[in-house]
This record gives sequence, C-alpha cells and structure tokens, in this order.
Amino acid sequence: MALVKLTTPIDEAIIRSLHVGDTVTITGRLYTGRDAVHHRIHTGTKPPVDLEGHIIYHCGPVMVKEGDQWVCKAAGPTTSSREEPYQWEVMRDYRIRGVIGKGGMGEKTLAACKEYGAVYLHAIGGAAQVCAASIKRVDGVDWMDLGSPEAIWHLWVEDFMAIVTMDAHGQSLHKSVFEESKARLDAMKC
Amino acid sequence: MSATAQTIDRISPETNLFESILELIRRTSTQLPDDVVRAVTGARKNEVEGSNADVALNVIGCNIGLARDSSLPLCQDTGTILFYVHTPAGYDQLAFEEIATEAVRLATKKGYLRQNSVDSITGKNTGDNTGPGSPVFHFHQWRQPHIEVKLMLKGGGCENMNAQYSLPHPDLGGRDLKGVENAILDCVLQAQGQGCGPGILGVCIGGDRGSGYAYAKEQLLRLLDDTNPDPVLAEIEEHVVEKANQSGIGPMGFGGKTTLLACKIGTLNRLPASFFVSIAYMCWAYRRRGAEIDLGGNVTEWLY
Repeated sequence: MALVKLTTPIDEAIIRSLHVGDTVTITGRLYTGRDAVHHRIHTGTKPPVDLEGHIIYHCGPVMVKEGDQWVCKAAGPTTSSREEPYQWEVMRDYRIRGVIGKGGMGEKTLAACKEYGAVYLHAIGGAAQVCAASIKRVDGVDWMDLGSPEAIWHLWVEDFMAIVTMDAHGQSLHKSVFEESKARLDAMKC
Repeated sequence: MSATAQTIDRISPETNLFESILELIRRTSTQLPDDVVRAVTGARKNEVEGSNADVALNVIGCNIGLARDSSLPLCQDTGTILFYVHTPAGYDQLAFEEIATEAVRLATKKGYLRQNSVDSITGKNTGDNTGPGSPVFHFHQWRQPHIEVKLMLKGGGCENMNAQYSLPHPDLGGRDLKGVENAILDCVLQAQGQGCGPGILGVCIGGDRGSGYAYAKEQLLRLLDDTNPDPVLAEIEEHVVEKANQSGIGPMGFGGKTTLLACKIGTLNRLPASFFVSIAYMCWAYRRRGAEIDLGGNVTEWLY
C-alpha cells in the first residue's frame, strides 16, 4: 500500500496507477459538490468551473464571512452514496479524476471509475477539523443560491489525506467489507 | 389574552438563560463528552497498528483535540438540534423556546452551527437553523425547582442510517428477543461505514412508528458505560455490541474490530397487532451535552 502525493489537476495515468488501500495526499484546488450540485448538473446545467482533471469533494462546509473573505470553519466529508445515481455521468461528461467522500459508492460509480479513469477517495467522516486544517484558502464560491452547505466552494488544500477505497481496476473495499461482514453476521444469527 | 392565561402564575426565564444556552450549544458542537472520548480513543488498542482502522481512529482522536482546542465544530454537519428540557410546573416554556431559538440563530452566525434548515419543497436554506421543525424541543414538566436541558446534535449521515423493523420479518425472525437482536444487527450491516462508525445505537422495542423512533433517540441520552437496569435488555445490548464487533465492518467501514461502541435499548408498550424495533444510529461524533439551570437562567452544573 503506497503513499502517493497528488497535485490537482491530475493525469489519468497517475489515477490509474492507484490501488485500493493506497493513501494519498492532495495539494491544489478542490471543488465541493454534493446533492444539489449533482442534481443540477444531471438536469442539464453545465458546471460553472472546468472540472477536467479535478476532484469533487462531497462536503457541505461551515463557512463564515470575515470581512470580505470566506473562512472555512469545518469541512469533513458527507455520505457519498446519495450521489450514486449521478456520479458516473459527471465522470463521463466532465472528466473528473475522482471524488472524495465517505461511506463509499456503488456499482455504477465503480464501473465509471474503471471506464473513465477515476478513483473514490475516503476521508475520515466526522473529522471536520483535521480536514479543515488542510484547507489553506477559500478562493471563491459558485451556485450560492443552493445555500451555503450545497454551494460549489473553491478550496485550496495542502496535503489533504484520504484513502483509496475504490480504484480504476474494478476493486472496492466497500464491496468486499460488505460481503465479508454479511457472511459473518449471517453465521452469528440467532 | 384568554382568561386562563391570565390566571396562570408564570415563571419567566431571565436573560441569563440566553447566554447559558449559547454556551451549551458551543460546548456541544465543539467538545465531545468524556464518556464518548474514552470509548472511541480506547478502541484504538484493539486495532492492528497501521491498519486503515487504526489510521481512522487516530485521525478521530486528533480531530476531537483540535475541535476542543480551537472551539470549532467537531463535525461540519452540526445536525438536527434536539433539546430535551425539564422545567418546573408553571415555568414559561414558550419563553424558553423563543430564547433558545434566538441562541441557535446567534450560534449559527458565530459558526458553532452550520446553516442546516432547508425548505423541503423549494430547497431554500433559511440560513439561521430555524423554520418548521427546527430546532426540536421535547418539553417535560417535573417537580424539581430547576431546569434541566440536554442538547443532542445528530448529523444527517447517521440519521439516514436509522432503521425501523416490523416483526415478524421473513429473514430476521419473529416477535421475540431473537428477532429483535437479528433486526438490530441487520441495521448495523446495512449501515456499514455510512453512518460514521464506530457507531452507538439507541433502540426502542415497541411503541408506534413515531414514538418508537423518538424513544430510540432518547436512549442516546444515557451514558455509554452505564448498565441497563433490566437484565434482559442488558444482555441483548451486550450481545449486539459483541457480534457487531466481530462482523469486521470496523471504523468507517474500513474493516476492523470496532464497529459499535455501545447499544442502548428501551421498551414501550405496543398494540397487539404491532411489533416495531426502531433504531437510531449515532455516529462517533456523538455530540450531547447538558446543563442544570436555575430560575435566574444561570448554569449551576454541566452534565456529561
């Protein structure tokens, strides 16, 4: 299991070299995007930023405006499975190289990771301060009409840590843990 | 004003109450209670050093310290704001609700709470955590001369993992304790890492669909290391935690030995026709705090 430093935007070849269990640290621009953003893109609106080579962070941060500057107060991952109906399409149409979230995603996203060259990166759910410590600046925001937690925040991160739990080779830690835990719990049934 | 309202000798909350509630919100959002800190950091010794589970628990430990030291939200999802309030008979609960709601507004402005109240049809965020159903107040009267306020912030990720089973169930069993145990463990299986495990379960056996879920959530007001006074329930609580921790789901669903930190079960009577098992899944970022407050609005003791 490797430790890989990534700088956004990321080349497809680097993403395809990652495997489940690898740890990555990300430096560069990250865009947040969660339920309302994915739904809006799915219904035909083009994203306001060029996502090619980038990573979408499933996150609804706590943001406070201090003077003219937005300051990020807390920014851990949100549950990714809600984007399962839409994520594959965003991977196909906008050439993102991955998403960061928590809880993993399903078969459609796993297939899209393989076909279009992307990975699922798992941050530690609930660890909003550890994640926020890697966010050095807030460079802007789009789609604020969706409300602050649902907007597209432009974050500048340094050494943001995450674990690869779904790779571009068709492997998913979530799938294997589910299958194994189901077998174990079935065997322990009353 | 109606004649009835005029005759009631009301006790009005003092202005100090506003500051007390604001401080309660700040503490709840930024400082995990000691029993939870002990359980989640103590679990690390059970995991293989350097495993993903170990890394996850290490990051969780760092996060607890960072949030406390910087007085910032432990988790960005500051969740459903649930107040459980006991007041003396005759106390003005409407005034309490207004003052606590104002404190929620200021706590949101200060960044202790995220803007978390969204119109379900238009999608518009009210921006201050108020609106129909937010914050939530559960008021009870009691014969004590003071007020007790407990506050729980329950994130959406874990709330989405709550489950309610109606027994008998074709795969899980009948209306007996075996069926109950199987149902609870099915909830754990379905949740995997999506509820930000290691999790804590509040469970209600019985009630109707509404009261069952509410009472399941109330079980989360118990201390993690208490023992259920009902030996039958205490035994199921223990079995559930043991089996869940042998499932291999682990912290964040990464695999490992720490899937649940605790399971707390209560019962309500049911109709002959119904048998519900309602489960409230709480994440490791288990934010609950409380305070005893005098009639002048001053905190006399912090709880948890």
